[in-house]
Amino acid sequence: MAKKHQTPMLDELEKGPWPSFVTDIKRMAETGKDACADLLGQLELSYKDKEGHWKHGGIVGVLGYGGGVIGRYSDVPDLFPGVEHFHTVRVNQPAAKYYHSESIRKIMDIWNRRGSGMLNMHGSTGDIIMLGAFTDELENIFAELTSLGWDLGGSGSALRTPSSCLGQSRCEFACINAEDICYDLTQSYQDELHRPAWPYKFKFKVDGCPNCCVASLARSDCAIIGTWRDDIRIDKAAVAAYAAGEFAANGGAHGQDVKLDIQKDVCDLCPTQCMAWDGKTLSINNKECTRCMHCINMMPRALRPGKDTGASILVGAKAPILDGAQMGSVIVPFIKMEPPYEEFKEFVEKMWEWWDENGKNRERIGETIQRLGLGTFLAAVEVEPDPRHVKEPRSNPYVFYKEDEVPGGFDRKIEDYRKRHAR
Amino acid sequence: MAERLTDIGPPKYDLFWPQVIKDNAGKWLYHDILEPGVLLHVSETGAKIWSVRCGTTRLMTTMMVEDICKLADQFCDGHFRFTTRNNVEFLVVDESKLEPLKKALKAAGNLPIGGTGASITNIVHTQGWVHCHTPAIDASGVVKAVMDDLFEYFGSHKMPAQVRISLACCLNMCGAVHCSDIAILGVHRKPPVIEHTHLDKMCEIPTTIASCPTAAIKPAKVDDFKSVAVNADRCMFCGNCYTMCPAMPLADADGDGIALWVGGKVSNSKSMPKFSKLAVPFIPNEPPRWPTTVKMVRQIVEAYVAGANRYERLGEWAERIGWERFFEKTGLEFTHHHIDDYRFAATTWRTSTQFKW
Ligand code: HEM
Ligand code: HEM
Ligand code: SF4
Ligand code: SF4
Ligand code: SF4
Ligand code: SF4
Repeated sequence: MAKKHQTPMLDELEKGPWPSFVTDIKRMAETGKDACADLLGQLELSYKDKEGHWKHGGIVGVLGYGGGVIGRYSDVPDLFPGVEHFHTVRVNQPAAKYYHSESIRKIMDIWNRRGSGMLNMHGSTGDIIMLGAFTDELENIFAELTSLGWDLGGSGSALRTPSSCLGQSRCEFACINAEDICYDLTQSYQDELHRPAWPYKFKFKVDGCPNCCVASLARSDCAIIGTWRDDIRIDKAAVAAYAAGEFAANGGAHGQDVKLDIQKDVCDLCPTQCMAWDGKTLSINNKECTRCMHCINMMPRALRPGKDTGASILVGAKAPILDGAQMGSVIVPFIKMEPPYEEFKEFVEKMWEWWDENGKNRERIGETIQRLGLGTFLAAVEVEPDPRHVKEPRSNPYVFYKEDEVPGGFDRKIEDYRKRHAR
Repeated sequence: MAERLTDIGPPKYDLFWPQVIKDNAGKWLYHDILEPGVLLHVSETGAKIWSVRCGTTRLMTTMMVEDICKLADQFCDGHFRFTTRNNVEFLVVDESKLEPLKKALKAAGNLPIGGTGASITNIVHTQGWVHCHTPAIDASGVVKAVMDDLFEYFGSHKMPAQVRISLACCLNMCGAVHCSDIAILGVHRKPPVIEHTHLDKMCEIPTTIASCPTAAIKPAKVDDFKSVAVNADRCMFCGNCYTMCPAMPLADADGDGIALWVGGKVSNSKSMPKFSKLAVPFIPNEPPRWPTTVKMVRQIVEAYVAGANRYERLGEWAERIGWERFFEKTGLEFTHHHIDDYRFAATTWRTSTQFKW
């Protein structure tokens, strides 16, 4: 008979309309998966204690890789032997997480035979997270995964699994081929991904446009965000149709009967006030537009990003540990992103070289830049300073000049000074 | 044994695309959300694809994946994808399969349709007591309780704009909650308790000392054991030391709980991206259904719905009315914990006579 623990508290989470992970795990436990029964048992104990029951990982992994597996052990293994080892295997997802049932079933089959059958779809970096393997199964899981064309993602002080929005595959706003960039970077930097060699972790995320659906500017050390340099494309007939109330506002995001007031909802909310609407013609002063996407979001059938597309590169985002959260800062305002992305990769390699040399242990690149200065970083990656790099110029007056910036340098003789000024 | 394969990378992104995407990638002309959870994309070629978005639990079994596969086989030739917020999207090419798919989803009961447009979509979250070693709270249980309560808003378009809720179970913020409309964050409130008898055996003392961002840890000798001491006044309960040194646990039933943060966004649309700001410093852990957290999240959501203009994100609304008004409208208490006292604190203090009564 399948193993079962009493879980009165967790049972409360089977109620209510949202899908219940407890119900799902219970049915898996009923098939005889002790790991699932013991996972619920241990979780129930945590609910009682209001404290977790997992121990530090220790070093586990597969041969030749420095990451991709996170070690995890129960601190109450006698009570719950099925989760004594509960290691995570990070499986690198296909960019934008498209699947076919046939191929994913094969992965699930491996996991049913060799692991707990528990997953995260997906981890917050993007990987498929297989949750709960014993140490002696890790090599077997890895061998079976690779034989089917799958590989592990990153962990530790390495390149983490890059991720992207679904870009051009299904979004009309995508200014760059986000999935291809993601895939290309993943393949080009396999060594950096699998063998941690840096001060700390490094993440790439690719958003096809400034809507930032994968939150690249908040969540990646290097955000690649699609944008354009020419004019927003306007379909006049479609503008008229919006004005006539034929199309729903905002792509139907507020319901099909919410229509658009072009003046109030589009022009008045444009942050640069660069749009004008006279009841017939919508005009945009593109030179003043900051490409925020608002108008395009409001009228997707009438407006499209321009055709001279590329990306803005923002560097340095990270969660709060240690010095507080940071968002990415603009480093390269515009770069063309055409395969094989040579110009971008040259930039990346300069950036990594600088960080590798200057970063302290467990220091994200954003923190290294903060410590040593944005100006220093721009010089290292050979980007000319530009007002686009700042919100505003500095207001503190303590400007550090270098000796070679001042005529005659710093070396002066006090005797010369004294010739002009009495003591 | 066959040669060991390494460094092959993931399957290429287009391997699992339906044919209509292979034919139309880069050619999509516009999208239209036909009803909550159902998106239509139309290509320059006239080709169409329908996507039906459904919430999932993120933490799921292979049986749940099989449920999804079966539906995909039946209605989508096996094709589906996941979004960045743990939703699954069924990709429909044949319009006549749309209604039967929706019916089958409703019958299945574990894949609610919604999460598009001006809804409250699925909660991005982390591991909690299900897997990690440093959490202050559970993740999946809190998410379940909050989404049960907000369920009506998942499958409708009743919000002023999209609302993104995230949860992270400790300050590491694997869920990167720091730019969310509403963030649920697990926090510790007691400094680490030190196991002097074992610390030297389990940890490297210099790296443990170096791990502390506030320099609160010093070497110390306790009863002849080489160990460390923590200056409690400097500790900000971040857990970095515990990540380096298992002999310094922070978890504590009374110390740990939830903080709520509001008003962040990542999109560049209209206003600049914003960090989330502290709304509620601490709510005790209340398993299994965290009623106080659920209630306060709803309080915030309802004040926002009542006060915001259409298209205004939660943070844009709070900034327009002013934070003094935000606390009034939400009925949340403002305390000394809301005033920043960390490194860049002064940048958040009010330096003008302009404020509202
Ligand atoms: C310094 C900050 C961080 C530390 C020390 C840290 C540490 C950890 C640890 C210990 C785990 C294992 C959890 C488990 O047992 O499964 C984990 C999981 C994970 N972390 Fe982090 N983390 C940090 C920040 C982040 C951030 C900012 C992100 C993403 C934006 C992230 C993404 C992930 C992902 C994808 C996982 C896998 C499980 C999941 O998605 O919940 N981490 N992290
Ligand atoms: C009308 C304009 C927009 C369109 C057409 C659009 C399109 C999309 C698409 C295609 C996805 C699925 C992406 C993926 O998983 O890779 C998505 C998801 C997402 N978008 Fe947008 N986006 C728009 C505006 C925005 C804005 C303004 C924001 C941020 C404030 C945003 C944030 C997100 C987030 C967080 C997700 C994940 C949603 C989920 O899984 O439920 N989007 N959006
Ligand atoms: S970031 Fe832009 S291109 Fe990518 S899915 Fe979102 S709206 Fe589309
Ligand atoms: S993209 Fe933004 S800034 Fe540019 S015209 Fe549209 S609303 Fe104005
Ligand atoms: S947020 Fe903290 S507790 Fe939660 S998974 Fe990440 S490291 Fe673990
Ligand atoms: S919890 Fe953080 S601040 Fe406190 S002692 Fe540990 S590392 Fe230092």
